[in-house]
This record gives sequence, C-alpha cells and structure tokens, in this order.
Amino acid sequence: MSTELLALSVAEAAARIAAGEVSAEEYFEAWQGAAAGDELNAYLWSVEDAASYEVADGPLRGIPVAVKDIFCTEGSPTTAGSRILEGYRPPYTASAVRRLDEAGARVLGKTNMDEFAMGSSNENSAYGPVLNPWDRGRVPGGSSGGSAAVVAGGLAPCAIGTDTGGSIRQPASLCGIVGMKPTYGAISRYGMIAFASSLDQCGPLTRDVTDAALLLAAMEGRDGCDSTSVGIEGGIVAPSREDLTGLRFGVPSELAEDSVEKGVREVFERTLREIEGLGGEIVEVSLPHAEHGISAYYVIAPAEASSNLARYDGVRYGMRAPEAGDLIEMYEETRAEGFGDEVKRRIMLGTYALSSGYYEAYYGQAQKVRTKIAEDFAAAFSGCDFVVSPTSPSVAFELGAKTADPLEMYMNDFFTVPMPLAGIPAISIPAGLAEPDGGGPELPVGFQIAAPAFAEQGLLESAFALEQGIGFQASAASRLPWIGGGGDG
Amino acid sequence: MTGELSGILDHVDRISALDLEGVEPTSHVIELENVLRPDEPRPSWPREKILEPAPEPADGAFRVPSPQAE
Repeated sequence: MSTELLALSVAEAAARIAAGEVSAEEYFEAWQGAAAGDELNAYLWSVEDAASYEVADGPLRGIPVAVKDIFCTEGSPTTAGSRILEGYRPPYTASAVRRLDEAGARVLGKTNMDEFAMGSSNENSAYGPVLNPWDRGRVPGGSSGGSAAVVAGGLAPCAIGTDTGGSIRQPASLCGIVGMKPTYGAISRYGMIAFASSLDQCGPLTRDVTDAALLLAAMEGRDGCDSTSVGIEGGIVAPSREDLTGLRFGVPSELAEDSVEKGVREVFERTLREIEGLGGEIVEVSLPHAEHGISAYYVIAPAEASSNLARYDGVRYGMRAPEAGDLIEMYEETRAEGFGDEVKRRIMLGTYALSSGYYEAYYGQAQKVRTKIAEDFAAAFSGCDFVVSPTSPSVAFELGAKTADPLEMYMNDFFTVPMPLAGIPAISIPAGLAEPDGGGPELPVGFQIAAPAFAEQGLLESAFALEQGIGFQASAASRLPWIGGGGDG
Repeated sequence: MTGELSGILDHVDRISALDLEGVEPTSHVIELENVLRPDEPRPSWPREKILEPAPEPADGAFRVPSPQAE
C-alpha cells in the first residue's frame, strides 16, 4: 500500500486525498518513512512526529514538501548549509512555505544545499555533499542539490528550492526531474535567506510539470513582507496543452561554439525534433551578450552576497566563536570559523568588486552587461515564443571532479545564469539519458525552456506538451527504489 | 586562494573590454512602483522570541564582548 502511495504524483495524491480515498495522515506517514531512509545525505532535518497535526483544507491538502534549508521555518533548524547558522531555529516562517501550509501542504524535512546557495555541486555544504540518486559517486548538482535528490531518489514527492544562477534548474537536470525558476518577483523572498537579492527566486522541484504548476500556483503572489513581490497576474492552473502548433522555439546561435558534452548535445537535438513533431517551429535567435553572463554574474552575485552576509556576526543568531577577547576579535573569529571556503571567496570577490576605484570597472560594468542580456532576450522574444538550450553542459559529474578549480565549477552555470540576470522564468525538464564524455553510466539530461517575464502559464503549457511527447516520466519513475524495474508505463 | 581569486578576476575582466558607454545599468529587473500601506501601528514581535536564537541573550538584550580589549 505504501509503495502504491509513493508512486502517485502530487496531483494524483492530492486528488485522492480530496476524494477521501486516501487519508492525509496515511500519505504523510508513508513519505515520512521514505524520508527516514535517506542514504544520500539529502536531508539535514526531517519531521519526527506526525502524530497529530491539522492541515489546511486546500489544493495541496496532506502533501509533504521537502524544503531547501535556506527557507526559515519557525521552530525547526535552518542552517543554509552553513556552520555559522548551526543550531539556529528561526522565530518565523518564510512566506513561500507559509503559502504551501495554507494550501494544505506540510514540511517533510529541510534539504541539504551548498552553503548560502553558493555552488553547483552541493560539495560546498558544511554538512557534507549530497549524493546523486542515479549514481552515488556523482554530484546531484547545486545549490538545491538536496531538494533535487530527495525528489529523484524517492525521499519526497516534491520540493522547493532557490535559483540565483541556476540552483534549481541545474540540479533538476542532473537528477532527472523538473525544476522551475519563476520570474523575479513571482514568489515572495521573505524568510528566504538572502544570497544575491536582485537574482534570488524560489521555485519548485518536482517529478513532472503538472506538479511544478501546482506548487507554483500555491506559492506565487504579492506579499506585504516583500515589496519586490508582485505575483503572476491571472494565477497558475494545471497545464493541459497537447501540441506545440504555432509556437516558435529559439535556439541561440552562440550555442554551437560551446563545450557541451556529446551525449547532452544529442539529447538536445533529439528534443528539437520532438518539438517539431509536436507542431512547433525551431528558429535561430541570437543572444550576443549571453557569453558574458558568467562574468557579470560572478561580479553581481558575490557583490550582493558580501553585503547580505555582513549580518552574520555572532550577535543575534547562529554561532559565536567562544572566548574572543573583544568585539572585533569575536566578529573575525566567528566568521573565520563559521564560513566555508567558497563563501569566503565570494565575500572577498564581492567586497573587491564594490570597493572604491574598482566599482565602475566591475559592479557598474556588470550591471550594464545585465541590461544588454535583458535586451538580447527581448529582441529574441520578438522572433520566438521561447528560448531553449541544454540546462547544463554536462551530465552529473563525479564527486570531487571540479572542486580544485572554482572557475571550472562556475562554467557549469553557462546556460542558466542569463535568465536570472534578465529576471525571466525558465524550466528544466528531463529530456533523456546520455553517457558522460569519456564513458560511464547513462545519466539524465535536462532541456531548458525560457519565456518572457510572467509568461509562466504558457511556459508550463509548452513544457507539459513536450514532457508528454518525450515520455521520460515513466523511465524516471522506474528508477525509483521502491518501484523497481518495470515502471508504470 | 590568492591564485584562485586572480583566475576568477581574469575571467570577469573580459567584460571591461566591452564598450558599454551610455548603457543604463540594471539594478532591478522588474518594473516596480512604490508599494505603500496604511501607516497603522501593529504589534511587533515579542522580545523573548527574538532573543531566543541569540548566542548570549542577557537582561532582555544581546550581550557582546567589550568593544575594547582590556
């Protein structure tokens, strides 16, 4: 019975709970059991007693959600993957999580992540790396690696994460699930621990596109606690489109020059043919400044982070270095002990980029590149409805393969940083399996679709039609440990 | 770490070669209007709740080491 429950998508489970065929308690307990069997280091904390709780009567009634540990949850541990917040239990809950609660969902656990969301492999967590459920010798991607791994590994029915430069889409791609970064402002950032405030956005990680739409529908909206939140006009409904007739998908011409793995390229090309088979049209577009996205991003994000992370000083929350002589020493020792290497690296980069004499050359120039990237997308969308690319240049790589060279790790974000720089929404859906260059097991490949700002409904409709055409769902489910070989067709 | 930082700066330096004279910098991607709400007093959070996660709360405040070493 339990296995049957776990095989349901969120949409199916919610429908059965609403119809009274399955009890919310029974469903939650089944997932609690699954979460307790985490061997991927994907959870940093999960709920222990499910005995008695009241769930709201909404569209997600009884649905357990795994929440990236960057969202504050009242009374339960919230570390952002950092030692500096070890033991912190926030006095309040993030608005995105509160909205899920109000829709009837309930937090199942908090997921591991790169420290303060800085990373593309989850190897920057102070609590150890998350393992990819497809191959435990490989990374799940990052920074929302725990959220991607729990969904792909059958430890949660759905999850939420945050995306600053690709932190939802890239791990979704590497774990063979759906991950969506909504338009900046679609979901409130209140209670979401800040990394780079002008880029950070919350979004869903799910088994399929329909489930992503359900979570987005519950979370989006204006919030009095975040003045930059505006919501999505008209809201979000479950997608139902069956074909792509009349829609144009733009492939950036700059793509050809890049170091994309052979297998990833093959799956990408095959997906373009699938789009044509569904009636869509493939057109060429140009994003001439996208190649500077990495440079602009790795100035803007560290600059904003260096400002945001100044709040961790050992005074109001989190850890404090013991036995410091005076106040300054306490600040210094707390940060030296509390922050990991990547966080220190970015704070130094950021403060340098913002320092007098360098501000114009770095931060000012990066903000101008940002304008050019947004203009590139606007021009592209005048000739197409969506811009498509691989989500990640490679399939999941081996643990430790890229930790020696931070820049090489940053290049993973090549296809995902331009969208947050432009503020637009994008989704990654599993498109197939491919071997890594140089051989190895077949691993998931993500296909990224980007849309104009606030065009989430259209984006979900197209992703849904394409998802049905690709038919990856069944093969993903067939890999889940409690289902075994056959799959459910 | 010095070498790593130099490598990253060398890479990001590529944007300094771009001629972006006259381009408006983007600090916020979505057009926003000022958000106002009625200026009505609301209860704030209880002091104890905010002090609870502090490493060293004392006398209803945050205790810190002396600003000057003795």
